[in-house]
Amino acid sequence: MKLICSPLCLSGGIIAKEPVSLEQEIQEPRGGGGEFDMSDILYFCRRGVESIVDDEVTKRFTAEELESWNLLTRSNYNLHHISARLTVLWGLGVLIRYGFLLPLRVTLAVTGVGLLVVLTSIVGWLPNSRMKKYLSEKVNLMCYRICVRALTAIITYHDSDNKPKNGGICVANHTSPIDVLILASDGCYSMVGQAHGGLMGFIQKTLVKACPHIWFERSEVKDRHLVAKRLSDHVADKTKLPILIFPEGTCINNTSVMMFKKGSFEIDCTIYPVAIKYDPRFGNAFWNSSKFRMVTYLLHMMSSWAVVCSVWYLPPMKREEGEDAVQFANRVKSAIARKGGLVDLLWDGGLKRSKVKEVFKEEQQKLYSKVLVIKTEGLLLAWGPMRSS
Amino acid sequence: MGLPLVESALQWNSGILNANRDPKNDDVEFQITRLYSRFHSLDKGENGALSREDFQRIPELAINPLGDRIINAFFPEGEDQVNFRGFMRTLAHFRPVEDNEKSKGHDASEPLNSRNNKLLFAFRLYDLDRDDKISRDELLQVLRMMVGVNISDEQLGSIADRTIQEADTNGDMSISFSEFIKVLEKVDVEQKMSIRFLH
Repeated sequence: MKLICSPLCLSGGIIAKEPVSLEQEIQEPRGGGGEFDMSDILYFCRRGVESIVDDEVTKRFTAEELESWNLLTRSNYNLHHISARLTVLWGLGVLIRYGFLLPLRVTLAVTGVGLLVVLTSIVGWLPNSRMKKYLSEKVNLMCYRICVRALTAIITYHDSDNKPKNGGICVANHTSPIDVLILASDGCYSMVGQAHGGLMGFIQKTLVKACPHIWFERSEVKDRHLVAKRLSDHVADKTKLPILIFPEGTCINNTSVMMFKKGSFEIDCTIYPVAIKYDPRFGNAFWNSSKFRMVTYLLHMMSSWAVVCSVWYLPPMKREEGEDAVQFANRVKSAIARKGGLVDLLWDGGLKRSKVKEVFKEEQQKLYSKVLVIKTEGLLLAWGPMRSS
Repeated sequence: MGLPLVESALQWNSGILNANRDPKNDDVEFQITRLYSRFHSLDKGENGALSREDFQRIPELAINPLGDRIINAFFPEGEDQVNFRGFMRTLAHFRPVEDNEKSKGHDASEPLNSRNNKLLFAFRLYDLDRDDKISRDELLQVLRMMVGVNISDEQLGSIADRTIQEADTNGDMSISFSEFIKVLEKVDVEQKMSIRFLH
């Protein structure tokens, strides 16, 4: 857990954080002579105030801040009047985006989704056969591609020979619901998710007729063994499509990759990691679910200029001998972070909504105690003969 | 796809934005803007003031053994909310001492980030009841916060006793502020209690 206490010097930060660890700083020779130095608190004090000014976690749950507005994104947070020229340009942009692009895109999106529902229903009636599979693939690809056009998403796929194959699990970093569209328009996957009600639920039920997706009831989600069993059964069947999973469990703002939940890494199969990086100059693709509802988010996306992103298919990975699920998950996460140019964090994305566990504070305390005890013993050894008299 | 077009658009754009800036005010203005932006993002209730819960939402601060004491330092006596002014005042203790060269003070009083005031900030982390003395109990409390359950009461007690013995010069079994200053006279407080902004 040293990693949490000695922050890396990141280019994304606004303050200079010394890459000194707790042991190094506290064991520096200084006056006093005692084993506990009253200046030991200065280390914790400074680290604490540094985290108040800029911390690694909370900023991952809001949209990435750009240095300055670049005309291409929707607007800047520190939007203040810079010049009349700029305001006019922005106004023109708004007219074009909302008056022309948005209606066009909404029409496309509705068409895409409508076609998806109708065509998959038709394919669903066919008896199970190779023809059905073939048609299902074609229908899915076509409809997802229409939806991708509806967002004017300009996607560059790299290393397509590493594309996920049947009987494997595809894992990717999660930034927004659009990730699914981006991946599904280039390959066919079985999706995993919670069964919703309403329109979403209807779409889910229709999709499953043509293609074996895995939808869980809310009650089943809590049962980890059940989830693991269904996933294992699916990958064991080599005729079924690869599963698409986002192990972070929540949307992160595309500057970093947070802790991968180990569930999908416990299953014995090949993992196909995928890194998705959105170009921040063209717009903010991150879905801040506490701020915007899904519909508002989609409208934002459809009234931006474009969504530009890169997708890297990484070489498949398997769990090695003697490696447990957590270590494997971290290894995959590092590979994705490195490829996508994202920061690799150990922190849990769930911190978006929940408090950090006490056990991490206890680890900090343990670390400090160890240092203190070492110093005490060192001093007693040096002073031993004198003190015992 | 049209990325060269984008590059030239970005260049033209930054030309417009840079035309109106005065480089002299950049540093201070930049820092204040960033800190205000940070204050605003911590303020979930959006009421212009931070509460203790807002600070505790920062994971790195929540796992810091002295987290609660540090949060306390932001809140004046008996208050539950801190506004931006108070936030800045407390953070001002951590400005590097060199920064005073850039902004020559208008008033003659000691700047908040002087060595003395930095030490006072640290002293107050120990001295909870603000009686200007660190008693054995207060020292033990801070020690307990830093080591958790990993060291026994007796051992902690003797560490506290030894510390007081070494620092206490006037025999009142507690550490006053001047005794505290003396103990830390060889420590590079300016460096350990300073936070530098990146540009």
